[in-house]
Amino acid sequence: MPTRSRNRYSALSLLKHGLSHHENWQRAWRNPTPKQSYDVVIVGGGGHGLATAYYLAKVHGITNVAVVEKGYLGGGNTGRNTTIIRSNYLWDEAAHLYELSMKLWEGLTQELNFNVMFSQRGVMNLGHTLQDMRDIERRVNANRLNGIDGEVLSTAEIQTKIPLLNCSPDSRYPILGASWQPRGGTARHDAVAWGYARGADALGVDLIQQTEVTGIRRQNGVAVGVETNRGFIGAARIGCVTAGNSGVLAGMAGLRLPLESHPLQALVSEPLKPCLDTVVMSNAVHGYVSQSDKGDLVIGAGIDRYNGYGQRGSLHVVEHTLQAICELFPAFSRVRMNRQWGGIVDTCPDACPIISATSVPGLYFNCGWGTGGFKATPGSGFVFADTLAKGKLHSLAAPFTVDRFHSGALIDEHGAAGVAH
Amino acid sequence: MLQIYCPYCQELREEEEFSPSGEAHIARPRDPESLSDEQWGDYLFFRKNPRGLHREMWHHSAGCRRYFNVERDTVSYVIARSYPIGEDPAGAMVEGHDHE
Amino acid sequence: MSDSQRRLPAGGRLDRKQKVSFTFDGRPMWGLAGDTLASALLANGVETVARSFKYGRRRGIVGHGSEEPNAIVQLGSGAATVPNLKATQVELYEGLEARSVSGWPNLDVDVIALLGVFARFLPPGFYYKTFMAPARLWMTYEHFIRKAAGLGRAPQNPDPDRYDKINRHCDVLVIGGGPAGLAAAREATRQGSRVILVDEQSEMGGSLLSLGGSEADAAQLQWRDQTLAELEASVDVLLLPRSTAFGYYDHNFVGILERLEDHRGLTSPGRPRQRLHRVRARQIIMATGAQERPLVFANNDLPGVMLASSVRTYINRYAVIPGQRLALCTTNDNAYQLALDWQEAGCDIAVIADTRPEAEGVLPRLARERGIDVRTGTAIIEASGRKCVSGALLAPIHAGGKSLTGPATPVECDLIATSGGWSPVVHLSSHTGIRPIWDDEAIGFVPGPHADGPVAVGSAQGIYCPLACVEQARTEGAAAALRAGQGAGESSSPSPDIIAALEEPAQALFLVPHTKTTSRAPSQFVDFQLDVTAAAIELAAREGYESVEHVKRYTALGFGTDQGKLGNINGVAILADTLNQSIADTGTTMFRPAYTPVTFGAMAGGEVGDLFDPERYTAMHRWHSEQGAAWENVGQWKRPWYFPVAGESMEEAVQRECLAVRNSVGILDASTLGKIDIQGPDAAEFLTRVYTNSYLKLAPGKCRYGLMLHEDGMIFDDGVTACLGESHYLMHTTTGGAAGVLGWLELWRQTEWPELQVYFTSVTDHWATATLSGPNARKVLARVCHDVDLSDEAFAFMDWNSATVAGVPARIFRISFTGELSFEVNVPANFGRHVWERLMEAGKEFNITPYGTEAMHVLRAEKGFIIVGQDTDGSMTPDDMGMDWIVGKNKSFSFLGKRSLERSDTRRTNRKQLVGLRTVEPNEVLPEGAQIVNTPDQAVPMAMQGHVTSSYFSPSLGRSIALAVVKGGRNRLGEKVFCPLADGRNVAAVICQTVFYDPDGERQHV
Repeated sequence: MPTRSRNRYSALSLLKHGLSHHENWQRAWRNPTPKQSYDVVIVGGGGHGLATAYYLAKVHGITNVAVVEKGYLGGGNTGRNTTIIRSNYLWDEAAHLYELSMKLWEGLTQELNFNVMFSQRGVMNLGHTLQDMRDIERRVNANRLNGIDGEVLSTAEIQTKIPLLNCSPDSRYPILGASWQPRGGTARHDAVAWGYARGADALGVDLIQQTEVTGIRRQNGVAVGVETNRGFIGAARIGCVTAGNSGVLAGMAGLRLPLESHPLQALVSEPLKPCLDTVVMSNAVHGYVSQSDKGDLVIGAGIDRYNGYGQRGSLHVVEHTLQAICELFPAFSRVRMNRQWGGIVDTCPDACPIISATSVPGLYFNCGWGTGGFKATPGSGFVFADTLAKGKLHSLAAPFTVDRFHSGALIDEHGAAGVAH
Repeated sequence: MLQIYCPYCQELREEEEFSPSGEAHIARPRDPESLSDEQWGDYLFFRKNPRGLHREMWHHSAGCRRYFNVERDTVSYVIARSYPIGEDPAGAMVEGHDHE
Repeated sequence: MSDSQRRLPAGGRLDRKQKVSFTFDGRPMWGLAGDTLASALLANGVETVARSFKYGRRRGIVGHGSEEPNAIVQLGSGAATVPNLKATQVELYEGLEARSVSGWPNLDVDVIALLGVFARFLPPGFYYKTFMAPARLWMTYEHFIRKAAGLGRAPQNPDPDRYDKINRHCDVLVIGGGPAGLAAAREATRQGSRVILVDEQSEMGGSLLSLGGSEADAAQLQWRDQTLAELEASVDVLLLPRSTAFGYYDHNFVGILERLEDHRGLTSPGRPRQRLHRVRARQIIMATGAQERPLVFANNDLPGVMLASSVRTYINRYAVIPGQRLALCTTNDNAYQLALDWQEAGCDIAVIADTRPEAEGVLPRLARERGIDVRTGTAIIEASGRKCVSGALLAPIHAGGKSLTGPATPVECDLIATSGGWSPVVHLSSHTGIRPIWDDEAIGFVPGPHADGPVAVGSAQGIYCPLACVEQARTEGAAAALRAGQGAGESSSPSPDIIAALEEPAQALFLVPHTKTTSRAPSQFVDFQLDVTAAAIELAAREGYESVEHVKRYTALGFGTDQGKLGNINGVAILADTLNQSIADTGTTMFRPAYTPVTFGAMAGGEVGDLFDPERYTAMHRWHSEQGAAWENVGQWKRPWYFPVAGESMEEAVQRECLAVRNSVGILDASTLGKIDIQGPDAAEFLTRVYTNSYLKLAPGKCRYGLMLHEDGMIFDDGVTACLGESHYLMHTTTGGAAGVLGWLELWRQTEWPELQVYFTSVTDHWATATLSGPNARKVLARVCHDVDLSDEAFAFMDWNSATVAGVPARIFRISFTGELSFEVNVPANFGRHVWERLMEAGKEFNITPYGTEAMHVLRAEKGFIIVGQDTDGSMTPDDMGMDWIVGKNKSFSFLGKRSLERSDTRRTNRKQLVGLRTVEPNEVLPEGAQIVNTPDQAVPMAMQGHVTSSYFSPSLGRSIALAVVKGGRNRLGEKVFCPLADGRNVAAVICQTVFYDPDGERQHV
């Protein structure tokens, strides 16, 4: 049990606090003044950074840890994504990492005593061409043999699961089948950051918000701490988990990363009564959608292909996405978009992350998650904590070092998406 | 949606006519065989990705089909200038901006 | 109360002759032309229009526009039903059917409300703290949470309406048709600008439409009419009423949704229902106005508590009196206008509670002169009533607004109007990431500074006096015109004839104190739609959710379909107060598009259904269609997949087509292959740089197959290039890769090798291609082609020739993807069908058989020919495909991708390599995509060796064949491997060579 028992959440605690007009709830986390130095400083207070801190304390007993966040906890991509969770990746390296994550998701609410609303309503990837179907078969088979749940659905099975989906053979790109991962689903994104934050704080981790890292101090080539707008914070090891800003952080240490930051847009509809039970994704028609517990249709748009840190993108990208949604769900045409926004995704050339030591001893990076970051949160934190604790890459992280861009050992989830013929 | 000045067409046109084509001014090594794997990998995959002014290549794919360079702020998205391939590679990074 | 009592006998912008009947929750009612659904509901005495989201509390109409949080309705039924419309924005039409989206079984008896007694146990974020045990029940809990959540219902059938889009350009786009917008638009027009003026309401005028009958009001309305008339008369002005600028995007791009037909009925047969205007403006003027803030006090969500400006609008614009006895609570002079109009309408005023210590402005004095009970230093601290307001509690309030200074006293009333001041509407101006900044004088956030962006005018900039608004708007209108290149920047309009009462400063008051602490007082609502109270905000801060974004996300403040238009600023201020910091330091959350919700269909426009993506047809498409071809989508192309004859299954058809090619002759429509015409003295050099092999010695009349790599060494396209003449080549690409390859060639030519003289033209659509393949191909062709010697000696494999085929000039390529004798006949596309039909006639004697892509795939797999994108996946090198023979290692130029082939990982010997697979059981066809393991007797995760890329039953060989990539596969020929399938079977297969048929290639050389 990670949290102090007096602060434990339950129906009973709600009842108790309700009777005292909720005046006695404790803080979910402290607001500490930074100490002079820590065993580990984690730069970036998003889901991945907070998970890393939590597992450092929980699994490795390293509690003299600070998470330094320039804004507020979970304010980056953690709170800006479409909350899809799946582990049906093609390549072994990616599949093992995401499946570790999936297993952690499956117990996360209880682990954190914070309901992250992990909803295993299944993730469906639609196939619209014969090559889509070959790729789906290939991926589902690989998943099965890797111990990851998955099956291939026929059009009729798809229609049963999603009555509003346009399964007509006369549509422009008829649905020929789908892959289906029943254990996939969605979670409440903010709750993940808050749950890890509360858990880490309870174990003694300092969560330092509104503090921007402005430099990485090195002595004799070794990283010794971070400069911040609130002064220097010393650290034996530094883990940078700053998603779209990783390139900027790397630059502070004189390093380069094979990353480009792009806007990734998303939108939600107005809340509707339940009308879509699963997560539906279509690469060929370029849209993905699920319905949140609040009733919003949560829709992912494509990546804007220019570099951008603006947390916004171009309207035409969203227009194309809604064309795809109306094509897949003609009944949603009269539904209305309530809000659109953008995240900044740091993408690697092979669409897989970088979990790596660097040429600066003591400095580690965990970045490049592209569009796959949210679902990886627990697993990413777990292996990165292990790496920071031991000073040696966790075995599941080993294939993801930056070296692969020199050796050529890419884990090409992009390429695996296939090329039209 | 961005509005981009094509230095060949000499017109401001909509982003939908263009395709972004990555960081500009990455010269292909003259003798790839002489490079180490590390040097070659740097050329292949490592990009500047700055937060701020950035020089990038665009293709007027639904227009004149020419590639050209754009200097754009990656936060404000303000375009400082567009210029043809091969022009002013060293001096292009300027403060301020003006489309005209 | 009857309608006649609610509707004033005169006034309003209504057509009293035109009664409009409608239903609400099935109850028949009527209103007047010019009503909104909200004004008609009020006129019909409807008080409860919704039950609240979380606590099931009764809710009434609060506002009169896009800010309305409560009156959310479902319009109509069936395929055309529309969920979640705000009744305040629905124009009434004959036969309109509206239903509330909340309340079960109905608004009056609501089950959720029964849970209201538990409300105190449901603080913000309660769901994060419970439903955790037992873990297995979460999905059950969630099922009920989902059922309880959500507003309206999505239609269940395809949208019967259509939508369109229009791109527009203008000099000056003015957003908002209120006084400031009208003034700015007129000024810019006079300077010679092309102007678009957009407003969300049915007519231009904004707040002017809510004015009453006083002399000053009449003058302002007259000014509005004159200004509008001038704009209407100008050819340079486009007026867009019923249109919402919902998003401001980069580089002065604005999305505007025009509701063309919604005011006429549920559907609009034959006409587009809504239109998306995509506007690129040189200059933008935000005249988006200001939103009145409600005061936050106990039970302020009771039906009968409304915004002062909204009550005034209902009286003056719609001639509806939403109550009989009014209590007004205000922090400012402006709201006194309501009291005066209310009195003018002949109704009672219980009291004006002015929270300021004194109120000596023009309007308060006028109110006192008219005998209204004005009590300063007083606030309404609580509304009372069961189903709706029946009274209010008044209490003296400290000048600082933080505490009460005396006991509360009740007052009887059936309507409470409140005004907490005004918040500039800064949503649009912050869509591009510019944070609004707090202005103490305006008591609101005003737009942050834009380098090159829009300017805000009038109350959107925190200028609330109508006269000053218009003055500033004129100045900015002229300035915007100047920046757009028109006029001299000098404003030309005469001073407007507007009389406006000077107003004394307002008080900043965001939470009215209660006799009890916030956590113990009756609920004080900040965000009505999401049931967020002041106590919830305090609690969030207490729990450490201190950032304004945390509070928003933890409490859901501002997440509703009203985008928090009423609650955001009060919420931020309450948070600031809780944290004991300034509002400026607390900041606001970022506003995101859309300002008001936008129909998906309108965003999609016409590009749905058949127009979702263009379909590309070959010249022979109709012929294929007439033969009943089954189709395969390849890129945008429709290609015949197979040609079933009566009663044939796909399998039977494909077998027949394959055997026809092997035994006699088949004909394939190969027109979709990409074709790029390449010319220039350096063309051969260029080709040699972009392909793995050399073209320097390819002579005219000859063809060569090439592999194209990206710089990472991975195959991305392949095809045959023919030398058409000196410095003239024709490159074939894969069907789906054509556009990408052209861009790739241009990229290298333009950016790296500008010195090479070489030019590219896509000619894919210029040519139609009929491929004759099979032992009788020559005989067939010879019947329609007489000017070329087709013999093997004269016209060898990998040659091409100009010829006349069926009277049409043609290029014939002797290349083969089937391994049979093949001629690819290319003719100008317009002759495609003619030549095809002549070839069919010529082949009749040989039972010429049209074949589709599936047979083509089988035939090429029998020969071990790869399909890029099927047998490769973007991680395959030429060597992986066993095609090292095509890599020119000694070329002087380091061709694209070459260096990558020498990296440590690409030199690995255990890379996945293309091999053939023969199943041990010859009739067993492996599924494509099956994974390969060495032994099936292993635990998961299994060590996968590769996968099956292509797999077919080969009719010519009478057994199954497959291509696969297997780790180190070329060194494992003869080894047995297994494919564990989803059905539990493990299919054994033996690794073999990739060429299954005619391994020596004799058949294509005959």
